[in-house]
Amino acid sequence: MNHLLSIEDLDRAGIERIVEQAARFAEVSDREIKKVPALRGRMVLNLFYEASTRTRSSFELAAKRLSADVVNFAASGSSVEKGESLKDTVLTLSAHKPDAIVLRTPWAGAAELVSNWVSAAIVNAGDGKHEHPTQALLDVYTLHGRLGGIDGASIWIVGDVAHSRVARSNIIAFQRMGAKVTVAGPPTLIPRGIEALGCDVRYTLAELGSADVVYALRMQRERMSETWVPSLREYASWYQINGRRLSPRQVLMHPGPVNRGVELSGEVVDSPQAVITAQVEAGVVVRMAVLYELLSGTRPPSPARAASEGAGAARGERQPA
Amino acid sequence: MAQRRLVHGPLAPVDLLLRDVHVLDPRAGLHARHDVRVRAGEVAELAGPGELSYDPAEELVEGHGRHLLPAFVDPHVHLRTPGQEHKEDLETGTRAAAAGGYAAVLAMPNTDPVLDSAPLLRSLRDAAAREARISVGFLPAITRGLQGEQLSEMAELREEGAVGFTDDGRPVQSAGMLRKALQYQRLCGGVIALHEEDPTLSRGGSMHEGTVSAALGLGGIPTIAESTMLARDAALAGYEDARVHFQHLSCSASVEAVADAKARGWRISAEASPHHLLLTEEDVRGMDTRMKMHPPLATEADRRALIEGLRSGTIDCVATDHAPHARDEKEVPFEQAPMGTTGLETAFAALYTELVLPGVLELELLVRRMSAAAELFELPTPLIAPGEPANVTLVDLDAEFIAGERGWESRSENCCFVGRRLRGRVLMTLSGGAVVYRERAFSVVAA
Repeated sequence: MNHLLSIEDLDRAGIERIVEQAARFAEVSDREIKKVPALRGRMVLNLFYEASTRTRSSFELAAKRLSADVVNFAASGSSVEKGESLKDTVLTLSAHKPDAIVLRTPWAGAAELVSNWVSAAIVNAGDGKHEHPTQALLDVYTLHGRLGGIDGASIWIVGDVAHSRVARSNIIAFQRMGAKVTVAGPPTLIPRGIEALGCDVRYTLAELGSADVVYALRMQRERMSETWVPSLREYASWYQINGRRLSPRQVLMHPGPVNRGVELSGEVVDSPQAVITAQVEAGVVVRMAVLYELLSGTRPPSPARAASEGAGAARGERQPA
Repeated sequence: MAQRRLVHGPLAPVDLLLRDVHVLDPRAGLHARHDVRVRAGEVAELAGPGELSYDPAEELVEGHGRHLLPAFVDPHVHLRTPGQEHKEDLETGTRAAAAGGYAAVLAMPNTDPVLDSAPLLRSLRDAAAREARISVGFLPAITRGLQGEQLSEMAELREEGAVGFTDDGRPVQSAGMLRKALQYQRLCGGVIALHEEDPTLSRGGSMHEGTVSAALGLGGIPTIAESTMLARDAALAGYEDARVHFQHLSCSASVEAVADAKARGWRISAEASPHHLLLTEEDVRGMDTRMKMHPPLATEADRRALIEGLRSGTIDCVATDHAPHARDEKEVPFEQAPMGTTGLETAFAALYTELVLPGVLELELLVRRMSAAAELFELPTPLIAPGEPANVTLVDLDAEFIAGERGWESRSENCCFVGRRLRGRVLMTLSGGAVVYRERAFSVVAA
């Protein structure tokens, strides 16, 4: 794997490999010194064209725990605001020779486009409404930790599917891991043709009880002004996951940030069924595993690097040193 | 009168003997090998192959049975002048057209500034008289600034040489506004060409709404954005007995709406582009911005309906909607990219390769549709007959090439067919009796 542009880049074995690697890195997180030298001397560039708290910080933390150098570049306050094109920005920053570029943009396909322009490994950290593959990987990892696996599980993804890159990557990833996926939400927010991805479509939560996992999506307030739904109140009364709708055996997930009282009621956010903080924790170790998979041994490290890293970081022996 | 509506740059009428060419002109009833003599830019003589004697004062072109067709007429191109000459200009755009076998093109008004006034039209026609390699006609805007709020001075524009009117790139959103334009047409004439799109349905979309847009997370443009607006405007045209032309049909629902309107006897015509006839939403899966066009590429069923419409005559003609954009404008994420593909240099070869060779469409029918726009816009139709000005194109139907392999005559390279293996190379084009294009290798052989 040279890049992670789409969850489609990974087959089931590939997803399992990253989940297993993430589990090994999770042990590191429990140590007093939470750092391994696997990517020492490598450089990771975080290039974010959209505001992001958890994704950016978890990529930064992941790279640092692997001992990589990290440069953060946010579009706001930069040359981008002076009208520099994506290509010119990427080529300019590539002069610093990053080994990986973690890219978040509001535009579908941008990560793939950038992968054609530079030699660095590209990690898609969200491209418009298209995909968010590391979110899907950390969600699979979280469910593995909770359920032991999702073969045959029924997973409902509820809410604004139309504007959600998380929904698209998760529909693919969950199905690839053997789960059955249903998307549910207001008809105005379920894109025509989504069933071609293999999922079922529901417009009410009447059958939500059949789900093993309920994955709620963030309902963005700006959707109201665009009249996708009549009001947040009506949305909440039909689609909010609350104590009445969520049964005790179900697992509740959310990619964050949560709008309490809109897509989720406060009680379920704080309930033991919610694995929302576990998802955030998983974000760091899964992104460590992704960076490790992309950067360790894919290109022959310089002799100096090889000496300092030792054989442990070579491809095939996936032990965090 | 009609002649004056097209302008072209200085032409040197030629004396030429086209020896042993397969003349295919359905309107002239010709489908056989002939010698064709062009004298002072006019078709002078037709005779059996080898029957005309060569006069050393004329140029001799050995046809070896290659096809001589009436040159093509494109009712829908963007020459980007004035204001966007970094994409295309009158010279490069008409050079691209000549290389594609065209003798005449009609230019759209969505320039900067918008072509919506007689002084601007006059200056453009003056520029075309200096720079255009083939005949160019102009369709100024229906409404000032393409804003949809006030009619442009249509009567004065017609006197200055406007072929017709269009707000192409945008719909005339207000039915009341369009109705006034259709009424005003009784005074000034000129076909009103319509880009059909309901912006309240297409807003936020960058490709066809369907399974591919759902998978890619791209905002979708539903086919009803086009077909409902088209049905509305057909009804307006019927009510006002106006002459309207529907641009770049993209879906089966629109073909049905046009067929219904024609069945009622309304005075309407329609065009389809090579990309809508040959490509679908599946070609957008890789998010190649050359595949981003307006209206968007739709489904295979829509594509088949367009082909059937072209065959039956519901769709009257082929139009490229040649829409050049600079490389850096297209080298951006899909949602940010401007709409449009170039098409003049590949139209015939692409349609010949993908529709005629597999037996989907007859060659005669394609030849007819490639130049049918002339009559629709009340312009002279290229005809291979004695006394007619030589507007012809010589093509080698067996010559295979890769689209774009030798670069482009157009200033832009955003062609959706780039890299395709095509057959049907244009070797030579005559417009207004002058040689306006020669394929390089061919001219060496013929000299």
